[in-house]
Formats: sequence, C-alpha cells, structure tokens
Amino acid sequence: MSESILSIRGLRKQYASGTDALKSVDLDIKRGEIFALLGPNGAGKTTLISIICGIVTPSGGEVLIDGKNWQRHFREARTRIGLVPQELTMDVFEPLISTVSFSRELFGRRPDPKRIEEILRELSLWDKRKTILKELSGGMKRRVMIAKALAHDPDILFLDEPTAGVDVELRRDMWNMVRRLREHGTTIILTTHYIEEAEEMADRVGVINKGELILVEEKTELMKKLGRKVLHLQLAEPLAAIPPTLAEWNPRLSEDGSTLTYEFDAKAERTGIPSLLTAMRDAGIAFKDLDTHQSSLEDIFVGLIHHSKAAA
Amino acid sequence: MNWRGIWAIYKFEMHRFARTLWTGLAVPVITTSLYFIVFGSAIGSRMSEINGIDYGAFIVPGLMMLSLFTESIFNASFGIHMPRFTGTIYEILSAPLSAIETVLGYVGAAASKAMSVALVIFVTAHLFVDVHVEHPLLMLLYLVLVAATFCLFGFIVGIWAKGFEQLQVIPLLIITPLTFLGGAFYSIDMLKEPWRSITLFNPVVYLINGFRWTFFGTADVAFGTALAATFAFFLACLGVIWWIFRTGYRLKS
Ligand SMILES: Nc1ncnc2c1ncn2[C@@H]1O[C@H](COP(=O)(O)OP(=O)(O)O)[C@@H](O)[C@H]1O
Ligand SMILES: [Mg+2]
Repeated sequence: MSESILSIRGLRKQYASGTDALKSVDLDIKRGEIFALLGPNGAGKTTLISIICGIVTPSGGEVLIDGKNWQRHFREARTRIGLVPQELTMDVFEPLISTVSFSRELFGRRPDPKRIEEILRELSLWDKRKTILKELSGGMKRRVMIAKALAHDPDILFLDEPTAGVDVELRRDMWNMVRRLREHGTTIILTTHYIEEAEEMADRVGVINKGELILVEEKTELMKKLGRKVLHLQLAEPLAAIPPTLAEWNPRLSEDGSTLTYEFDAKAERTGIPSLLTAMRDAGIAFKDLDTHQSSLEDIFVGLIHHSKAAA
Repeated sequence: MNWRGIWAIYKFEMHRFARTLWTGLAVPVITTSLYFIVFGSAIGSRMSEINGIDYGAFIVPGLMMLSLFTESIFNASFGIHMPRFTGTIYEILSAPLSAIETVLGYVGAAASKAMSVALVIFVTAHLFVDVHVEHPLLMLLYLVLVAATFCLFGFIVGIWAKGFEQLQVIPLLIITPLTFLGGAFYSIDMLKEPWRSITLFNPVVYLINGFRWTFFGTADVAFGTALAATFAFFLACLGVIWWIFRTGYRLKS
C-alpha cells in the first residue's frame, strides 16, 4: 500500500453561476494523518470535500482512493468515507438512535446495536438516544452529525468546520475523539478557518485561498516559522540600498528605504541582533525606533494570501 | 447491490407514513364513502348500469386509480423533495448507492403506501357494492405497474419542484382533471363525437380502462393497448430519471 490514502489530481470546479471555486487542486493525504485545510470563507474548502464525497460534480480532475478512481469505484470509496458536513441538517422528526442506525444501514452495513451504542456513548449521546432530534441543542446536534458519519465505521473522515459555533466543552470532546480515531488508524481531514485549531490538531496543514492550495506543510515546519521573530528598524534617514557590510544578516529594506527588517530565530543562542546593530553603527546608519514581534501562523497565512493575490 | 441501503430508505419512508397512519387511512375510507353516497345514490339511481355492469361497481376501478395516482405522486414527490429542502440529501448522495438503488428505496416505499390506500378503497367499496374481480392476479400486477409508474413520475416532480406548492400543482392541475375527464366515473362510449375521439388523447383513459378490464373483462379500450400505453409511460419516466442522475439535475451542483 502506498503512503497516500487519498490523492487529488487537478481537481477543478466552476459552479453554474460562473464562480471558480477550485482551480486545479493537487493534494495527497497520508494514511492515518490528521490534515487541516485552512482557509477563509469562500476559499473552496466545502467544495473540495463535497466533490470527494460525491455531493458536487467536479468540472475536471480526479480523486484516487488507494489508487482507485472515486467515481469508477464509488461503492468502495464511499463505504470508506464518512462526512460531517458544515451545516446541521438532519431529519428533525426522527429519534436520535434511529437516525444513527439509518446512517449505518444506508452505507450498506449490517445493523449492529452494540456498535451504535458504543458510538453514542463515546459522544455522550446515549442518554438522549430516544430524544426527537428537533429537541436537541445545537451542540448536541453537532454530536449527532458526527455519530451519523461514524456509524458505518469509515476509515477516512471529513469534518467540515467541526468547531464553528461550538462551545469549549464540545470542542475539547471533539478533539479528544479525533485523536482517538487517529489512534485507531482513521485518516482525518478537517477544514477550519481558525489557525489555533489547525495548530492544535493537525499533523499537516494545507492553506487554501480562492480555490488554490497555496501551501502544504508539516505543522512542525510551520511551527518553526512560528518560532521566528522579526525585527523592524525605523531608520533616521532613508537608505537607497543595503550596504554590503550588512549583507551577512540578509536584512530586507522597505520600498521607501525607511525600514529595515531582519528575521531571526528567537530560540537560537545567537540571534545576531547585537552584531547587526554594531555593524549598522559602524556603517553610520542610525535608527529612530525598533520593535520585534512573533511571526504567528496568522502572519504566515496573511503573508501567503497576500503573495498569491500579488501573483494573480 | 446495496440492499441494506435500499431497505434503510424504504423503512425510513414507511416510518414517515406510519406517523400519519390514521389520517392516511381515514382519508381514503371517508372519500370513498362520500363518492358512493354522492355518485352511487344520486347518479346511480338514474343510471343503474354501464355496459352491463352495475354503476356502483363500475366506478370502483376509477376510484382506486384516482387515489393511486394522487397518492403515488404526492408520496414519491414529497419523499425526495423533503431531503432536498432540508439538506439531508447530502447523506443519500454520499452513500454507496447507485441511482437505481436510491429510486428503488423511495419509489418502493411510495408505491407500497399508494397501493395500500387503493386496497383500502377496494375494501371500503365492498361495504356499498358487490365487486367481483375477474382477473385478480392481473389486477394486482396492474396496480403495481401503475403505482410504480406514478411514483417514478412523482419522484421526477419532487426533483423538479422548487417549493412545496409546486408539488401540489401537478396532481391538482393535471392529474385530477385528466382522471375525471378520462372516464373514471363513466364510459367514454357515452360521449358524443368529437369528444369521444378527443378523449382518446388523454393517457389516463388507457390507465383506467386497463385496470377496469382486469375487473370486468370489458373496457372502452383493448387491454393490450392499455397495457402498452401504461408501459410506455413507465419507460418514459425511467428515462427521465436516468437523465436526472446522469446530469445531476437539481440534485448536485
Ligand atoms: N452551490 C453553489 N453555487 C454557486 N456557487 C457556490 C456554490 N457553493 C459554493 N459556491 C461558491 O464557491 C466558492 C467556494 O465556496 P465554499 O466551497 O463553500 O468555500 P468554503 O467552504 O471554503 O467557505 C464561494 O465563492 C462560494 O460562493
Ligand atoms: Mg465551507
């Protein structure tokens, strides 16, 4: 078996309205990982998931599940996939337990009350099993959506913005559940527009914006970037160019020549700041003000989106 | 085949009907009784026989067909329209179900319900008149074919409709008038020309007369013609549904 359980190749979607929701996305999901798809509203996250799950028809490209085309082998593909959609949509007149059993059988699985009980207990839904769905709170409904998605024991689980509008307790429960599922070998793909969520949960993070995947990276790599700091120096006199004596530090000069930016590893023994400042004094460059700040995932994210906008 | 999936949809739909079981049964019993009181006593007293058949018995197949049409269309269209409306269709679309399997689940359940109502009418009619069925097996088969056809048609309506009021439009504005004008309660031979010939363009005439033939062995059109017409309608509906799933029309964006 290859390392990637799911391969997305050149996936495109243009809606009838003309919106280009996905512009040729390529992505490989590794077996057993938690992958976070991070992007602002309207980035195309739901569209991507919906195409993989068979709810939206792609305009081009394909999805492979263990190397098999997801449309040609749709039975196998769909039996293996579970989806928790973004919206809380359910048959509100049904009792909780019947709707979860329904999901299991719909996906072709033998009825298994024991397994359903396990799932409901794990999601703290067992006491409410006889409740009619419309009587449940929003948080409970979210749990029901997860129970439905897990009812047929999928080994690939999609969670579309699972924690949007969810309280702290449920968020914690959900993250614990996701971790437990991963321990049992389930591959998890979740979308979010909260950076902290990607940071806390994921093994890898993909950043999507305007239908384009602009970065896919190990979270630890992102965290390394996160550990970096930036020093801004407001110069007393604008510079035309960086003097050769400062090249060693590789600083960046703003367009108007008034700000010098130096990026450094805050955790390193030598940040290079004292030597840089000494070199500047020797070169006769004075500054009015300085500040340092952490480059957060948010910064990286905003920077990336900025980049892709500038490139477009 | 994902038989479990089909069965899950079937059970879900039947469960939905069961929630309104009593009204679901009371309505056909009451309307049938009303028809017999109004048509049977008021008209039947002046018109005792049509083609040698007692008028009360004569209208039984027509009554059953009228209910079968409207029940089939309504149940099947509502069954598929509801998940589209609430958004729960996502689960059906993401399940390992082929188009045929999805349709079997919804149409199977709607047809079961519609046939139950038709049979309730049949039983209720016996309270008022003697009805003897000449070809009981053919009668049941015909009932299945017509129920399946109109449920397929209802399924199409449920996918086409943009709102709940459109679900009512087809049965009320098309099917009910065609049924009343299609000889549900009279023989088209009683009509003067050119009305008789014009009526032959009404497809419902064939459905009703095919069904009536299984009861009495005589009807306004030959049984073979009626069966062929019904079958043609059945195939046309299947064709449209095949196209819907192929293109994702109003099911997928
Ligand atoms: N059914 C649809 N018809 C037309 N446009 C759509 C539809 N669904 C989504 N879009 C558009 O496609 C883009 C991507 O949407 P979506 O995939 O929902 O993004 P996200 O989930 O990242 O917020 C948006 O511009 C959205 O308006
Ligand atoms: Mg979304």
